[in-house]
Amino acid sequence: MSRRFTPKVVSANHLIEGDAVWLTEDDRWTRDIAQAELIEDEAVAQLRLLFAKSQPAVVVGPDLVDAVKGADGGPVPTHFREAFRTHGPTNYLHGKRAEGLTPRGKIPGNETLSNV
Amino acid sequence: MYKYNEFDEAFVRERVRQFRTQVERRIDGSLTEEEFRPLRLMNGLYLQLHAYMLRVAIPYGTLNPDQMRQLAMIAERWDRGYGHFTTRQNIQFNWPRLKDVPDILDALADVGMHAIQTSGNCVRNVTADHFAAAAADEIADPRPVAELLREWSTDHPEFQFLPRKFKIAITGSPNDRAVTRAHDIGLRMVRNEAGEPGFEVLVGGGLGRTPMLAQVIRDFLPKADLLPYIEAILGAYNLKGRRDNKYKARIKITVFENGLDAFKADVEERFARLRSQWTGADQEILAEIEAQFAPPAFRNAPVDAYEAFRAGNGVFRAWTDVNLHPHKVDGYAIVSISLKKHGATPGDATADQMRVMADLAERYGHGELRISHEQNVILPHVHKSDLPAVWAALREAELATANIGLVSDIIACPGMDYCALATARSIPIAQQIATRFEELKVEHEVGPLKIKISGCINACGHHHVGHIGILGLDRAGVENYQVTLGGDGTETAAIGEKMGPGFPAEEIVGAVERLVLGYLEVRRDAEETFLEAFRRLGPEPFKGFLYGTEETADAA
Repeated sequence: MSRRFTPKVVSANHLIEGDAVWLTEDDRWTRDIAQAELIEDEAVAQLRLLFAKSQPAVVVGPDLVDAVKGADGGPVPTHFREAFRTHGPTNYLHGKRAEGLTPRGKIPGNETLSNV
Repeated sequence: MYKYNEFDEAFVRERVRQFRTQVERRIDGSLTEEEFRPLRLMNGLYLQLHAYMLRVAIPYGTLNPDQMRQLAMIAERWDRGYGHFTTRQNIQFNWPRLKDVPDILDALADVGMHAIQTSGNCVRNVTADHFAAAAADEIADPRPVAELLREWSTDHPEFQFLPRKFKIAITGSPNDRAVTRAHDIGLRMVRNEAGEPGFEVLVGGGLGRTPMLAQVIRDFLPKADLLPYIEAILGAYNLKGRRDNKYKARIKITVFENGLDAFKADVEERFARLRSQWTGADQEILAEIEAQFAPPAFRNAPVDAYEAFRAGNGVFRAWTDVNLHPHKVDGYAIVSISLKKHGATPGDATADQMRVMADLAERYGHGELRISHEQNVILPHVHKSDLPAVWAALREAELATANIGLVSDIIACPGMDYCALATARSIPIAQQIATRFEELKVEHEVGPLKIKISGCINACGHHHVGHIGILGLDRAGVENYQVTLGGDGTETAAIGEKMGPGFPAEEIVGAVERLVLGYLEVRRDAEETFLEAFRRLGPEPFKGFLYGTEETADAA
């Protein structure tokens, strides 16, 4: 039996700004992971990744990242590294939080941020 | 200080022009990321977790006030108003946009700076003792040699595709403040029995996942033989270094796997062949460089007012006790400006703070600033009579923390807060340790203690050579911190010993506190430092403190 597939989001960095972006169902790149497409089928995930890789003049380093469905239905990253990418650094209010975006996933030491 | 000649200027401008068109072609889609990546890395541009990061070289850690002001301008105009000084005497900007980077590089070129070879498998920024040309214990100023190495290694056609990155550090003092034994090549300026100047050459040091201390490959190399000898070392490494495995590609592994004797034989054979090709042009260039590093016009003035102010002001006195080092000229002091205010991010300076430091260097410091590998800023030449004014200005800018060399003067890499390679955060751990020891009010009693924190095994935070080293790892999706003890980056260098199991983030500060308070109980007297006590007693009692198994003196 094959292992159960962990749902994924397609994530990358924006070519110009370098910040974290995620692929949406309608083929846009969003800076808010809550709006990203949560992919629950492995074959679809591979197709979506290929689609992302076909846009080298828009994003850098697209990859599949583990996520689960949050209470609001949007994706929540499972690993803290990916949670950081929705959050920005913890030493200054710069990056995603400074842009008014809500971090998702567990930032260690700040469990209240979890949206799972 | 060294000023770019026409060749430097033309070379750096041409490189910016090339990179500008490369960025344009990347943005319009003519270059893929795969094609562009090596080009951006050659110019110090990384892509990190939240943004691009531009690493700018501060060769041998030396800056003039105009350069520091330009860094402030760049921080404000194209970044978020601050910069991060690193353990290799670079400054990193954490938020540049790709399309702005060519303009930033042009702005750097305006003040004789660049980001060339701050990344990639080439000879990186050559680092030097941050007290160079000022320290009382110095034999000679290492910076002219460092500048010669910068010019020689920049775009060196043979060494642009080394097996792996290559780091050189140089010190002109027997007290090693440049961590030479943790470098691919370490150079120590020495004199032989006849009094002639030369170098002790060390090779094969490095931290990272396989920490090793450099070994002496030549105990005396005449000054004029330096470049051919370094070229022989790099040539041997370039061929023998392993390209099959990134983790075995540094010269430390080449030396280890071949053995120092075999590697040295190869180097010496190459050197014998190369030496005659060097006909002295390099020494003429070195003489020109040396002339540019002539000492400033030191002045002779009374220091009575300084002594009186010091006697009457306890806060100032505490600062002078730890933030000053002996200068080679009477009446002068070396001032270390701490970028480690308790609770702040180690190594960060705001644009305003950069301008304050630039102004102070201009007004009171003979126009010189240095960046230390310990992520602080140095005013190397300040007359003692000016110290009260310097201190007052630093205080206003929140730059007068009196903690150089103490518990809260922590080296920390950017860690998971910024770095794409990190496995855990470093900055918050440093902030919490510093804040905790500020609450305990014991750091002056504890005395010299170097805590160094890395957020991954690559060891940018030098944890292996910290008296207390902390390595942040990802253990099953949770940050975990491993402790090493007894490391030392100086002339008595040692790699720290790994203790037992790591600690979760919420426990590591308490563990460090137990360790330091435990040391206070077992030290022979107030003169015995943490490192000396560790060397005398061995790891066992310290393990006890760390894991809470050691009985206290009262209970025993």
